[in-house]
Amino acid sequence: MPEASILVRDLSKTYDKGSVLAVDKVSFEVKPGELFGLIGADGAGKSTIFRILTTVLLADSGTAHMAGFDVVRDYRKIRNLVGYMPGKFSLYQDLTVRENLEFFATVFGTTIDANMDLIKDIYDQIKPFSGRRAGKLSGGMKQKLALCCALIHKPAVLLLDEPTTGVDVVSRKEFWEMLKKLKAQGITIIVSTPYMDEAKLCERIALIQNGRIMSVDTPVNIIKSYPGKLFAAKSNDIYKLLKDFRAHPEIESCYAFGDYIHITLKDPSSSGLEVLNRIAMENNHSNVQIKEIKPGIEDSFILLMSQQKDLVQLTTTK
Amino acid sequence: MAMEEKVIVCKELTKRFGDFYAVDKISFDVSKGEIFGFLGANGAGKTTAMRILCGLSYPSSGDALVAGFSVRNQQESIKKNIGYMSQRFSLYENLSILENIEFFGGVYGVSRKEIKDRSYKLVGELGLQKEAKKMVGSLPLGWKQKLAFSVSIFHHPKIVFLDEPTGGVDPVTRRQFWDMIYDASASGITIFVTTHYMDEAEYCNRISVMVDGKMEALDTPGNLKTKYGSDSMEDVFYKLARAAKRTGD
Repeated sequence: MPEASILVRDLSKTYDKGSVLAVDKVSFEVKPGELFGLIGADGAGKSTIFRILTTVLLADSGTAHMAGFDVVRDYRKIRNLVGYMPGKFSLYQDLTVRENLEFFATVFGTTIDANMDLIKDIYDQIKPFSGRRAGKLSGGMKQKLALCCALIHKPAVLLLDEPTTGVDVVSRKEFWEMLKKLKAQGITIIVSTPYMDEAKLCERIALIQNGRIMSVDTPVNIIKSYPGKLFAAKSNDIYKLLKDFRAHPEIESCYAFGDYIHITLKDPSSSGLEVLNRIAMENNHSNVQIKEIKPGIEDSFILLMSQQKDLVQLTTTK
Repeated sequence: MAMEEKVIVCKELTKRFGDFYAVDKISFDVSKGEIFGFLGANGAGKTTAMRILCGLSYPSSGDALVAGFSVRNQQESIKKNIGYMSQRFSLYENLSILENIEFFGGVYGVSRKEIKDRSYKLVGELGLQKEAKKMVGSLPLGWKQKLAFSVSIFHHPKIVFLDEPTGGVDPVTRRQFWDMIYDASASGITIFVTTHYMDEAEYCNRISVMVDGKMEALDTPGNLKTKYGSDSMEDVFYKLARAAKRTGD
């Protein structure tokens, strides 16, 4: 299988006659055989980037290359090279599992059998339903069929737009196991997700918000570059604790995070534990637990979003 | 502690399609003002159960009292006393914010005067004054969801059903959304919520986990973690849902 890189430079795209800026000068690079994640919420611009890369949408400006081919000039070559699983289920609902696979194989001038080695692990799971119409499959099965169809022509690049959205924790884990195996075959993969916990499963990630890339790096490096200290706290009344911290002038940011609250302080030189314990005591909290913790990708994302706040205002209050 | 008022009393609720038990004798109570997390894998029966509790589908057997009304024969009374929002259906994209409030307020029987008085206040609280007359479709998803939640409780329902309200929403807006849930809960509205974000499961007072149509677990997040020897709700969920036999929606 050819190894393919992706190169995106200053890509911009607007909708509605320029009134909605969906993608704003986005640049990133994906190495051959890399598992690359676009991490961001709905509306961040992820799907627009995917559509431009798969040559089904033209950018307003900027360039993108897939395996050396230009997405505008060489779109025919790219379409043969790329497997694409859109966020919305886009197979033929009235065709059976087998017919969908056969259709996509034929369109790409190949057969199911010729590519069975690549899809076998996934196909085996839907094989018992091969005579069932795609529209009658469960969500998890649809997702597996869509992945099979995207792989049927041995693509060098696989683009997966939010494959795990609305999928439960168990199925999400299984899906990422499948991706790891595909990566081992040398396929370059870009996957988008709104789930921050999936970021750490990618080799490198781009954190994207409001059409802009806030950071591109390995998950480890993004976490390493988190400035200052992060604290976690809880007490008997965690919601009141959140409000008390938030109202205090020494606190920079404070937000709920699972069974804890995460907090950063305005003065990085202050002894965080002392300050936080004092505030909790002043507000009569009991069973207070406060500790310094290592940030995660979601903490980094929240921080980067707050730094982008002025820009957020600009883009949302048109 | 005084007897807590129960707003949902569910007794052996069952929904059968042929020989398939989508919901299999589930029983539980939800108290007034409680934030009740309703979790389960895809296909576990959550949506079916929720449709019955909202008065949109009849049970095959068993019963549930929602806001004091039976899902068997008082569906219309249930609908008047609940609010509902989901990621998929929330508001009319081609109506403005104010028009949506007016429409849904009207549907739920809020008086014209009250709608007028309170809709501006609501728009102000949400910080959407400038957007009040804009089409909802032009708003970012996070704002839409916050607005949809406000609209779903505009008529002061006893219970609000939230079906994956924060799916795909950014991490900051997701938290603002939960602030609104806490405020609604503090004002006495019962919150019945489904989510795939396990950190959000921690924000609930109690969590139930459905597996293959049955309610396999029901307790506070803390007690569930102790019981299953887990340090996170994600692990608790994984341990329970992994045992599921059936897959899909």
